[in-house]
Amino acid sequence: MGTGSGKLKKVSLNVPVTTEQLKDIEIGDIVYLNGVVYTAREGVYKRVLEGGESLPEGLAEISNANFHCSPAAARREDGHFDIGAMTGTASFRFSKWLDQWFDVSGAKIIIGKGGMTSEDYRNFFVPHGAIYLTTVGYGTGALLGRGIRGIRDVHWFDELGIAQAMWMVEVENFGPFIADSDLAGNSLFERETAKVNKGLAKLYEGTRAPALHRFGETNDRNDEMI
Amino acid sequence: MIPITAVKQTALSLMDKAAIDIPDDYLNGLQKAADAEDGDLSSFVLHAMLENYQAAKEDRRAMCADTGVPRWYVKMGNEARVEGGPVALEEALRGATAEATDGVPLRPNRVHPLWRTDHNNNVGLNAPEIEYSFEPDGDWIDITTVHKGGLFGSDYRMLFPGDGIEGIKRFYLDCLVAFGKRGLACQPAIIGVGLGGSKDTTMVLGKQAACLRTVGDRNPDPKVAELEMELMELGNSIGMGAMGFVGKSMVIDCHVECGFCHTGGMPMSVHAFCLSSRRAVARVHADGRVEYRTDPNWFTPYMRRETVGWAPEAESLKKSV
Ligand code: SF4
Repeated sequence: MGTGSGKLKKVSLNVPVTTEQLKDIEIGDIVYLNGVVYTAREGVYKRVLEGGESLPEGLAEISNANFHCSPAAARREDGHFDIGAMTGTASFRFSKWLDQWFDVSGAKIIIGKGGMTSEDYRNFFVPHGAIYLTTVGYGTGALLGRGIRGIRDVHWFDELGIAQAMWMVEVENFGPFIADSDLAGNSLFERETAKVNKGLAKLYEGTRAPALHRFGETNDRNDEMI
Repeated sequence: MIPITAVKQTALSLMDKAAIDIPDDYLNGLQKAADAEDGDLSSFVLHAMLENYQAAKEDRRAMCADTGVPRWYVKMGNEARVEGGPVALEEALRGATAEATDGVPLRPNRVHPLWRTDHNNNVGLNAPEIEYSFEPDGDWIDITTVHKGGLFGSDYRMLFPGDGIEGIKRFYLDCLVAFGKRGLACQPAIIGVGLGGSKDTTMVLGKQAACLRTVGDRNPDPKVAELEMELMELGNSIGMGAMGFVGKSMVIDCHVECGFCHTGGMPMSVHAFCLSSRRAVARVHADGRVEYRTDPNWFTPYMRRETVGWAPEAESLKKSV
């Protein structure tokens, strides 16, 4: 019983961060952010990395924390933006763009849902001195909404719409997030999954494999499913 | 005659309630899970979620920025008549979806599958879904909105009678384990299981079981109720908790709904109603009176009837079979 949070280390970081400031972050640390974070996902990645469009001037000096998310936002009549909640979206889908994205954007922190593979961490994150923070829950959209101080800028709003636009968001005590990776490329999710996996064989005892199989269980399309 | 203005206003405030106020039955279930959880990371996550619901309520902001896909369930009393007919009713529900998207605000989530066209209001081709059911008596309509989240957590499989309960358990565990890793399903969830019916019915029943039955509700068939309890326990003994961290809270409750299926088959579906189990219900009476609640009361004895006509006496007898 208990919140257990007492055992977990809490860290507050100012964005933009340096790799030096990330060296004490351990996987499983609870992290809060101050400064500016921006959203960028497939829409922005395609425009910049595949379409050759340029990023906003001096992006890395303003922020090097890229949040895989879309805000619950609306444009009011006077033109200002109202953001209620923010929730991460699953990051594993963006793996193919990340290496190049680090080069172009100078990002040091990637925030999102569910982490990425430790292979991605070793191949893309470690060489760029970057870490991954996962959102908590994942539905803590209202808590994250509370950490928002304002919208500094929105890029590609008309082209990409609310969900895919690049939102530059001013934040304070923005979190909680959990560090899934460290500068060595370890993954908290993989550590936890390995522990859970140990009990799976016993769990499945007494269950029965279905009479009819399906592709995916085998990738040999010559196989029969019965 | 139910005034259409009452339907419009009710639908709009239902959108707001669903997005912001976590239903009490799920909240209590999660609170219990948080008290029992001893994995330090999963425990931290559950407490953060409890704080999040509180923040949503206090600030009147959406609990999760992922709107999921807002949809509607309408139950009509046999004597109910809505001003303007079903066309006006559907327009009111679509209108409320669009208006609340801007008002709350909610993230516009609905796009065309191929062209990614976004109307920025969660309304489009076949969206939002509106499903109907009916009740023998009454001149009211019950309107329920569910904002079902999750690209992950649901799956369908054609099983066969020979696969038996052991096959059902295997597929159930497969879904929980596969989507539970890294918490892709945003567990702990209310798990709905559809058994039988045609393939599409299996999916519909399972989703309704997850989204339209409250935590603690049991199927009236005692054997099915037993299966529900057994599956809930099984899910909570995986050794996995919130976000896929070591823990024991995966399933807040498990609901099973059955439908008669092809004699050779036993189709099955599994659905996870996530940490943002967003549902809100209201009854609109003929005189325009509105009563809000969180239990959709969707699976009534009439809904679960097995006879040709509506014979309430026969229903009460057969449940012990
Ligand atoms: S699955 Fe539910 S809690 Fe998770 S991001 Fe989607 S709506 Fe939010």
